[in-house]
Amino acid sequence: MSAPASGITLATLAKDIRLEWRSKDAINSMLFFALLVVVVFSFSFDPLAEESRQIAGGLIWVAFLFASVVALNQTWARELRNQVLDAYRVSPAPANSLFLAKALGNFIFVLVLEAVMTPLFVVFYKLRVLGPAWQLLPVAILGTWAIVVNGTFFAAMSLRTRSREIMLPLLLFPITIPALVSMVEATTIILMGDPATSAKFWLVLLATYDVVFTTGCLALFETVLHAE
Amino acid sequence: MNFLYAAYTATWVIHVGYLVTLGLRYARLKREIDDMSRKDA
Amino acid sequence: MKKAFPILALLTAALLGYALYQALIVAPREQTMGDVQRIFYYHVPSAWTAFLLFFINFLASLQYLVRRNANTDKVANWVVLTIAVLTCVAAAVIGFVPALKSALPEGVQLSSIATTGPLIAGLYFLVRKLFSVEAADALAVTTAEVGVVFCTVVLVTGPLWARPVWGIWWTWDVRLTSTLVLWLIYVSYLVLRRFSSSGQTPALAAALAVFGALDVPLVYFSIWIFRTQHPQPVIGGGGSIDPRMLHVLLINWLAFLCLAFLVCWVRYRLELLKRQVEETQALEALLEPRSAVP
Repeated sequence: MSAPASGITLATLAKDIRLEWRSKDAINSMLFFALLVVVVFSFSFDPLAEESRQIAGGLIWVAFLFASVVALNQTWARELRNQVLDAYRVSPAPANSLFLAKALGNFIFVLVLEAVMTPLFVVFYKLRVLGPAWQLLPVAILGTWAIVVNGTFFAAMSLRTRSREIMLPLLLFPITIPALVSMVEATTIILMGDPATSAKFWLVLLATYDVVFTTGCLALFETVLHAE
Repeated sequence: MNFLYAAYTATWVIHVGYLVTLGLRYARLKREIDDMSRKDA
Repeated sequence: MKKAFPILALLTAALLGYALYQALIVAPREQTMGDVQRIFYYHVPSAWTAFLLFFINFLASLQYLVRRNANTDKVANWVVLTIAVLTCVAAAVIGFVPALKSALPEGVQLSSIATTGPLIAGLYFLVRKLFSVEAADALAVTTAEVGVVFCTVVLVTGPLWARPVWGIWWTWDVRLTSTLVLWLIYVSYLVLRRFSSSGQTPALAAALAVFGALDVPLVYFSIWIFRTQHPQPVIGGGGSIDPRMLHVLLINWLAFLCLAFLVCWVRYRLELLKRQVEETQALEALLEPRSAVP
């Protein structure tokens, strides 16, 4: 009797989190990388408070995007090392469970990174949110999921390619552009707090993007997993 | 005005350039086929 | 088949020459922009051709993914047929309900809604009839590459037109930006095909192509909203077009379509030849060790 799909997903997710927590390698280096990104950006763009609010949205999300790519590249590396992928392919577990587990694991991982980087950005750029700050939460969740769901999928796709590490951003960035535009615009609108503008359209677009591509990833992951 | 000619020229340079790369790829393939048939012969 | 090629090539060359003559000499001079506006006759047909090629790539990739399994193949056929029927029904319904008819955005004709669905379905089944599953993959590579070539032309002629007319090389105009993103997606598709070494490269690439196609409306919409919040100059301008200019535009489009067809044909033959060579090499690699055993 095969376990229900959700059980498999949760079990895989729990395993990944346990492994990350025990090794702490990846998360420590990622945290340091996140800090470095914020510092480098601060040296490169040193604006006044008013200007910083206009560009901070873009800067933050670009920083998150690059940090995510570094994190995503490690996603499957561990699986490859221990030939776990072959075991998955042979087992009766549905491919989607593996994908969801990986995507959720990455999602949590990147959210932790964002939670660390955001206060740093606020401090270095002397940011103050002029609009409804609570709206930043759905933007962060929907936006991060947009990057992570496609990123996990393309990371799996890049596994057997030459120059694997560069292949992921190469495939990911073009497809993510509408989501990136939405995230940046929504964040900037919320930061600027102009009562005439609303982040609503962008949130709807982000949600649509998430639904479309989550469906696409779930539908096509089977193909990618068996493609070695 | 120069922009007009530049645009038309650029278009044809791009198309011809691509056809040239196709020709080169054909040549390379033909060479491989000749090598293979010589090996068999 | 092969004998037709030189004839078609000559006809296409003649057509292109005629189209060039039309664009440079016959077409009327534009009032505000002057002769630079004639770039339009190369820029727009290249864009339409690129979009058509990318759409065929989408159909071919989709078919590669669904046709390997008999069940998904049947389902896909029914889905395509349903879409075709639904668009006709929708057009009929909108035609009979005045409230809906007035709600149609400007420039959208009922006839275009009614014909798009069946056209897409027709194209899908035509590709299905003419190409086997493996051939569909070859078609996908072909249309992607040639599409990128035409897309490059669009991205080069666009700024060359924008600079003298609007003073800037680039603007986050909806169409130009969407074209850029489309170019990026398909270049990444070609890179994936080049760098991927597994036997399942076609399936991976097909998945990427489907993702790219799903992305296109989202890209268009996101830039559209962006533009309403940050107004930008519109390159290519909307509005009605002088019928004489439309005539020249369509002639150039026909000429470029013929060129695209020819180039695709060449590229497709190259692809088939490449696959034959690779198969033979793989076979030889298999056979050699055996003959070396004493």
